Amino acid sequence: MRNAFADELTRLGDKDPRIVMLSGDIGNRLFDKFKARHPSRFFNCGVAEANMMGVAAGMAMNGLRPVAYTITPFVTTRCLEQIRTDVCYHEAPVTIVAVGAGLSYSGLGPTHHSCEDISFLRSIPNMVVICPGDAFEVRAALRAAMQQDHPVYIRMGKKGEPVVHAGSIENFQIGKAITVSDGTDVCLLSTGNMLPEAIEAARKLGGQGISAQVVSFHTVKPLDQACLKDAFGRFKLVATIEEHSLIGGFGAAVSEWLADTRTGNQNFMRFGTPDAFFKQSGEQEYAREALGLTGHQIAEKIIHALH
Amino acid sequence: MNVAVRKPVTQVDAGALKARAAQLRGKIIDMSHAAQAAHLASSLSCADVLVAAYWHVLNIDPQTPDDPLRDRFILSKGHAAAALYAVLAMRGYFPIEELDTFCKDGGRLAEHPPANLLPGVEAATGSLGHGLPLGCGMALSGRIKGETFRVFALLSDGENNEGSVWEAAMFAAAQKLDNVCVVVDYNKWQATARSDETLMLAPLCDKWAAFGWDAREIDGHDIGALAEAMQRVPNGSGKPVALIAHTIKGKGVSFMEDDNNWHYRAPTAEEVVKAHKELGLS
Repeated sequence: MRNAFADELTRLGDKDPRIVMLSGDIGNRLFDKFKARHPSRFFNCGVAEANMMGVAAGMAMNGLRPVAYTITPFVTTRCLEQIRTDVCYHEAPVTIVAVGAGLSYSGLGPTHHSCEDISFLRSIPNMVVICPGDAFEVRAALRAAMQQDHPVYIRMGKKGEPVVHAGSIENFQIGKAITVSDGTDVCLLSTGNMLPEAIEAARKLGGQGISAQVVSFHTVKPLDQACLKDAFGRFKLVATIEEHSLIGGFGAAVSEWLADTRTGNQNFMRFGTPDAFFKQSGEQEYAREALGLTGHQIAEKIIHALH
Repeated sequence: MNVAVRKPVTQVDAGALKARAAQLRGKIIDMSHAAQAAHLASSLSCADVLVAAYWHVLNIDPQTPDDPLRDRFILSKGHAAAALYAVLAMRGYFPIEELDTFCKDGGRLAEHPPANLLPGVEAATGSLGHGLPLGCGMALSGRIKGETFRVFALLSDGENNEGSVWEAAMFAAAQKLDNVCVVVDYNKWQATARSDETLMLAPLCDKWAAFGWDAREIDGHDIGALAEAMQRVPNGSGKPVALIAHTIKGKGVSFMEDDNNWHYRAPTAEEVVKAHKELGLS
């Protein structure tokens, strides 16, 4: 996702002189092309995220379209008040792009995990929260964000994730989920970098004669209510899947929607990280397995729930 | 006035500015009394800086508050909102009568200033340490778009406790933002204690200089000197400018000066009369 982001940003920067790239001293060589083409519109803001976010807001308040980028916890929780007050209160069209969602950087240790950011950012008025499911969704989300006059948060995984979509997504819309594969029994609503696990879960379920629909629910705020209405009206079981805490994340947002719309549903499951720090050493695959978040583990739990 | 034309350096009429400052202080005291609102002493402390900025230095036109070429003045010490509101009303951004709605339900004049509601308020401030990063972003946007406006940010001395101030200070120096000017209202007090006994600020001017700024100390109640220094930004040094303005908290009213109780206290009707008399207003 990371390289797709840098490449798409460079393309967009060629066309739109309002686009400015702010990096928190990260992405060595990643932005070389952007820097070469737009030297006056690239700023390494150093390891000073609070300032970076304030600078981005100041630029956006004066007609530019800044993109503020670094590792997920540093570009969200580290400077949360600047996001809330400088960016969101002023409705400043800053696009915050985070790399390393959830446990993408599990191996880097606890400071680099991020399982709370969706919760924090979606509670702030005026903020849009997008968690792309693959590199093509990253590109589409970035293009869509640059057309907004409001703050947008794009929560990316890392680099080298499986690509799900066949090619460029031309009809991408913020707040409009994408059905990746059709099914009739179970609906898997996946957000962000868990999309490949959701696809794997659907494959396992299929092997057991359970037809699962897979949806890339890339926008957590605003929710695609039509998609939810359809899913809860049509399937035996609906599951949300995310690499984020069950508190305040995507599944929590859907729970709120269920409560607020008085949509009764017994067959709703949520997959996400628990209310606990992940304290072991280990890469993302290990961490997912340890937390029951791999495709086959999700499938097993769903099979169990259906019986 | 056409703000598209760079404002020339002009002779400072210190006498006229002083008279304005006395009027401004009177207004602030009235507002504090009517609303029984805190931060009176903080507002009085920076009144002369505001008068120098709004009546001599800034390239602004109250009739076109959103002009992209206007100079930006950010009240980073948002708790001095009463002073900013009074200045903006006196300069004609909105009717002077609206000052009577300060802190009133349903009004636009909250105790800390909201942006997007009132013309002339550049940013919502009140949480400290936000104004300078915002100002740096504004200054860079000007550079990118080829607009030559200047950015002034008024910080409190207590605000220098915030790490984001120093992040921004290093950033502005690295980017050579010589069209940015910080004025620190150095009244030696913060909300509940002497500033140097809270987090050591001294030597504050040396600190700003060490962070890469063209920093100098100035008498924060010498309106003529303030106007003179501020109107010369950018000053040819190639660096952002920091004016460490030595001030007296509660300046202008003898029984408020350097008495930190007035950080939170609001005056009684009797005290308002006494204060006005001292300011030569009655």
